[in-house]
Amino acid sequence: MKPDELQFATTHEWVHVDEVDGGRVATVGISAFAVEALTDLVFIDLPEVGRNLDAGEAFGEIESVKAVSDLYAPAAGEVVEVNSAVVDDLDQLKSDPFGGGWLVKIRLADDADLGHLLDYAAYQKQCAEESH
Amino acid sequence: MLARLVLPLGRMLGPGGHIGTDLATHEPALWTPPRTMVVKVRGQLSALLVVSHSRLRNLVNHLALSASQAKTPLFDWHQGHGARMAEFAGWSMPIQYTSIVDEHTATRTAAGLFDVSHMGRLRFDGEGAGAWLDSLLTRRVADQQPGQVRYSLVTDESGGILDDVLLYRLADAGGGSYYLLVVNAGNREKIVSWIQRHLPDDGSVAFADLTVDWGMIAVQGPRSHDIVAPIVEHRLASLDYYCAVETRIAGHGGIISRTGYTGEDGFELILGAHMTTGVWQSLLDAGADLGVVPAGLGCRDTLRLEAGMPLYGHELSEEINPYEAGLSFAVQLKDRSFLGRDALAEARENVSRRRVGIQLGGRRVAREGAAVTHGGETIGTVTSGTFSPTLERPIAMALVAADTCEPGTPVEVDIRGHATAGEIVPLPFYRRAK
Repeated sequence: MKPDELQFATTHEWVHVDEVDGGRVATVGISAFAVEALTDLVFIDLPEVGRNLDAGEAFGEIESVKAVSDLYAPAAGEVVEVNSAVVDDLDQLKSDPFGGGWLVKIRLADDADLGHLLDYAAYQKQCAEESH
Repeated sequence: MLARLVLPLGRMLGPGGHIGTDLATHEPALWTPPRTMVVKVRGQLSALLVVSHSRLRNLVNHLALSASQAKTPLFDWHQGHGARMAEFAGWSMPIQYTSIVDEHTATRTAAGLFDVSHMGRLRFDGEGAGAWLDSLLTRRVADQQPGQVRYSLVTDESGGILDDVLLYRLADAGGGSYYLLVVNAGNREKIVSWIQRHLPDDGSVAFADLTVDWGMIAVQGPRSHDIVAPIVEHRLASLDYYCAVETRIAGHGGIISRTGYTGEDGFELILGAHMTTGVWQSLLDAGADLGVVPAGLGCRDTLRLEAGMPLYGHELSEEINPYEAGLSFAVQLKDRSFLGRDALAEARENVSRRRVGIQLGGRRVAREGAAVTHGGETIGTVTSGTFSPTLERPIAMALVAADTCEPGTPVEVDIRGHATAGEIVPLPFYRRAK
């Protein structure tokens, strides 16, 4: 996926929403900027399929040599799929953060609100400020 | 007196307020203290009238470093070469240029160049310097010969560690000798105050804080000798481990020593601040084909952890004594009198916890503060932890109860709520092939 087709959380997760069986399924990953900032990735912990998440709840963590960071659910819903391939091969996060490096798919709750997410331009602006 | 006082201060500040220009370009680059230097100022009036050369320098150094984040002579180079900068002990320092793992691996296989200019460099001259330093440091100074470097500790009266330091004794060109104390950046002000508090009043010891006048480059890794030797006048191969010498570096006066904080062979170059960037660049150019890279504080931490070396603020503090930290080799009690000696003599008899290595399963990293348990009982706390790039597994150091510190002891570490199985192992985690 191209980054300008995605929405972004201020905590560096990206989101892509598809209509599936009359509901919405959000594919969630972390941005290339976040991967670059973490640099030396060593470990990622992802949730079990079936886990219900609240909006903003930590659903996993990603660890680099220097620090560990929580991953946050951009909206409420149920985890329906987890990318186990990326757990075994963290390089995919670096080589294809917006594609093969996706992390989880969440079937969004009916009232899930994505209004707080940024478009790519606004997210890039935030990154520029953070790296300043 | 006042006129004489104002003039050197103005020169020292120089154009644009740059510190140390005049003295740093002085040839030979190593500053020699005036013989009449007054080293301890008593009372306010005398402070105004008889401020010594040394005292002013110390004051100027202090002011230079108090203004927000201090910058090493290599600051512009770091910024111009993509370093990620961060505040460390009041200094703006490079954390990494490319990746911690890449810089770590380059240091183990070729060499890494580290800017360690932020470390404090304190010089002591005078007939009483050796005897006085002997009363300040846990390790014997009296028998330290010119050319020798010793790892030592500064302890307070209760035996707590104020800093871990390297003491250099160097022969000077005039046939005499002097001492150089290299201290941690984060402890420099504390140690300078400690020194000023305890310095003798009789003028027998001259003290100067030369931190900002000099730059300092550490070259660490198996190719260190090959890239440093061509620019140093002294025959480098003849310089033994934990030895140091005044020599010419790229044609200017400087000091070279052979110690390190990575577990590899390596050298430290102490040189005039104005020369630091030029020498740094020429070392990189000389080592480019060998895989030599600039290396940041990020990999300095992973390298020292693998090498089982303590870091002040983690394995060492005022609340941890040298026996707990596994540094009994750096404490010599016999026939000596130094600050903290009696407390340490007592502490030696009752060591309730010890610094150990812990090797963990999985890939989750135990960070500082994680609780360590054995058989359900809490036995201690992790002091440093990382993912070892060389061993490709998580490693940690911890302070644990002395009765459960033996290698082989199974432990669990609480990593953010995940009980992670591990084992106490001997330090270091990594030892280079000889």
